[in-house]
Amino acid sequence: MTALAWLIPCALLLGLLGLAAFLWSLNSGQFEDLEGAAWRALQDEDAPKR
Amino acid sequence: MAEALTQAAGGRKNFTSPLRGEGGAPSLGSAIAGSSTNATARPSDRGAPGGGDVAASAYDTPTGSAIGLSPQAEPAAHDGVGGLSPWRSNLHLPGGGERTVTTMLAVEGMHCGGCMRKVEQALSAVPGVVSARANLSARRVATVHQATGVDSLDLVEALDRIGFKAAELVGGGDSEASARAPDQALLRRVGVAGFAAANIMLLSVSVWSGAGGDMSPSVQAIFHWLSALIALPVVGYAGQPFFASAVQALRAGRLNMDVPISLGVTLATAMSLYQTMRGSEQVYFDAAVTLLFFLLVGRFLDQRMRTRAAGAAANLLGLRGAAATVLQPDGSTARLAARLLVPGMRVLTAPGERFAADGRLLQGGGEVDASLITGETVPVAVAPGALIYAGTVNLTGTLVTQATATDQHTLLAEIGRLMATAEQARGRYVRLADQAARFYAPAVHVLGLVTFAGWLAIGHGWESALTAAIAVLIITCPCALALAVPAVQVAAASRLFGNGVLVKAPDGLERLADVDTIVLDKTGTLTLGEPFLATGQPVSDDVLARAACLATASRHPYARAVVRAAEAAGLAVRQPGPDVREAPGSGLERIGADGPERLGSAAWCEAAATPGTTATVWYRPARGDPVAFNFADRLRPDAIAVVSRLRQAGFHIELLSGDRTPVVEAAASDTGIDRWIAGAGPAAKIARLAALEAEGRKVLMVGDGLNDAPALAAAHASLSPSSAADISQTAADAVFQGERLAPLLETLAVARAARRMALQNFAIAIGYNAVFVPLAMAGLVTPLIAAIAMSASSIGVTANAVRLKTMRLELVR
Repeated sequence: MTALAWLIPCALLLGLLGLAAFLWSLNSGQFEDLEGAAWRALQDEDAPKR
Repeated sequence: MAEALTQAAGGRKNFTSPLRGEGGAPSLGSAIAGSSTNATARPSDRGAPGGGDVAASAYDTPTGSAIGLSPQAEPAAHDGVGGLSPWRSNLHLPGGGERTVTTMLAVEGMHCGGCMRKVEQALSAVPGVVSARANLSARRVATVHQATGVDSLDLVEALDRIGFKAAELVGGGDSEASARAPDQALLRRVGVAGFAAANIMLLSVSVWSGAGGDMSPSVQAIFHWLSALIALPVVGYAGQPFFASAVQALRAGRLNMDVPISLGVTLATAMSLYQTMRGSEQVYFDAAVTLLFFLLVGRFLDQRMRTRAAGAAANLLGLRGAAATVLQPDGSTARLAARLLVPGMRVLTAPGERFAADGRLLQGGGEVDASLITGETVPVAVAPGALIYAGTVNLTGTLVTQATATDQHTLLAEIGRLMATAEQARGRYVRLADQAARFYAPAVHVLGLVTFAGWLAIGHGWESALTAAIAVLIITCPCALALAVPAVQVAAASRLFGNGVLVKAPDGLERLADVDTIVLDKTGTLTLGEPFLATGQPVSDDVLARAACLATASRHPYARAVVRAAEAAGLAVRQPGPDVREAPGSGLERIGADGPERLGSAAWCEAAATPGTTATVWYRPARGDPVAFNFADRLRPDAIAVVSRLRQAGFHIELLSGDRTPVVEAAASDTGIDRWIAGAGPAAKIARLAALEAEGRKVLMVGDGLNDAPALAAAHASLSPSSAADISQTAADAVFQGERLAPLLETLAVARAARRMALQNFAIAIGYNAVFVPLAMAGLVTPLIAAIAMSASSIGVTANAVRLKTMRLELVR
């Protein structure tokens, strides 16, 4: 029973983390160009200098 | 810097191919080259940015879509804090804080990672550019650059040098963001619903596994309360699209698919909450949220297909002359937005620019690419006094026109209005899913009420009766139905995309399936629309190579055709160097070591012009006689095969063209088309389509060129080759690329298969309902069964749709 008291919040927290990650990726525009992202994964240039 | 031009002494041969005449469009006059002044010298004198085939668009459609030109033609400038991606905001330049600006360009021809990289590299190499990021799905590039010193023309030129045609999207950043917003909002809700569904299901499966066994009631209660805690806010948030739509429909006194959905979900959640408080087992949170998840996915897929098309339309907007240079009375020039032009203003148009308003040519002479209006890529020569239309491209020499019609009154705008009217008529088409909804929604409500009344009548309490009724509502909830059609359409669209066909909107796909008659345009559709060197030329490779070397200096379609012919023959074409002179309307000249060599019209090369019918370009080498290159327009390689295949499949085929009779007759007999009409302008084409529709036929129109655009909008369904003027692309339901006509067959086959499959999916959905509704009415549906039924039907429907991607398709009678 105490196990449940730990596990359930843990599960929910992880789920929330997943949701937060999804919403973050949505907001940062990672879903804008799925085809382009697919091709970029194959490019082997160095990261642009910031 | 004035360019001296030769005056043709009569008998000058026009660069017009006999295979293409001046369609139904107003004649743009034939020419004798006059002198022109190059008032603004651009640093690059080889050709001009923008090219001849950059397709155009733009006009404000009266249907109220908010695509308008922004008051200033400058890209939106904004200072922003550095964000995670250049799509969202600007970066502060390190150490300075000089203002940066984002310019959006629409780029044609970007279709793979290699192209993307080339584009980004080319743009980054332009001094003053901070970063460039390409979007392959939307065919755009966002460039962040300094506000001063770099403007969009530099960027367009940089791309043009590596072979990509690009144009600026005016107000691009804003329209991009607003086009994406509904997509994003829906995706967010999908994410939230998915998260909630998974977690509630986690809790529910635990309860179902333990129910009647080891799980104590208190634990069960806790789980139910947790489910409620997750479900309530999520239903409120993720259900918004459905609630909003249902309320709207009810206010209008109609029933749409969203009314039973909203009703079912709300009642289920409310009742489950009540049951949770009472400690019973009849808790349907997972069903309600999973339902929302599947429905949102279906909606998202549907929306996604449409957003892609809207993006394409917005792309076209930027491809017209958005700004124009106006000659002030005092001789200075000012740059104005196109919509601010007024009749009477004198407008200066540089080579490569599009005319921003209809006008009469005052000064200068040269050639104009009128393909937007007539559909033909062969340039038309113009002289002072000639009427020039907005949207056409100035090819050679700077021209000064006096505006006669501007903004809404140009021919371009007129054709746009014809199209808008046609499109409105088409808007009345009711989609398959909506047809199903009309029957479905009342049926569901009736079933629910019957169940409720029936249970009450039998003698159970109102609680059990309500539970049973809600179970019925949930079971009949159109998971499968809402997914049935979008899933199939997405599968169909992606299969077509793999074949080079871009489908504009899902209802276009449905209309394509109905078609039984096909009307084809000739130039650009049946034929390739470009001049090719006719075979059987007694031209030596050496001569061809030297002519091509000279021809690379010009953007004239015939010069490009010579270069293409040389490259096709495997010859290496050298750059001629900077000493090539182009005489607008006549040809090219280079004074080499051996003497002058010329490429151009017969008079320019001092050759005896044979009054023949083929289009000819003459080349006079430094030493030797002039040599003729004959050009012709070719049928697409598989045009004959495709037409015969269509006839076999039982389609009635016609040819409608704006070209002259002998040419159209020849094309029709070559391809085996019995009925054809020549010399048809936009109005004549619409008339023929109306006549066919009056016979009860469903017509597919295949055409390109602005003169086809109203016909494309008026037909039941339409298709356009991608090399077409972009207005047609927006009017057409689908666009296909490449040299072959076979995509037409594929599109028809896939559209028909998609319709068959959508109906199959409806059958699956109805079958599942037929099994489970009686169970629900009898009160035998527990939450577990409801969840299983919904998931199974949704997955079944989606799996059936995925079949479409790989099955063999044949076009049969």
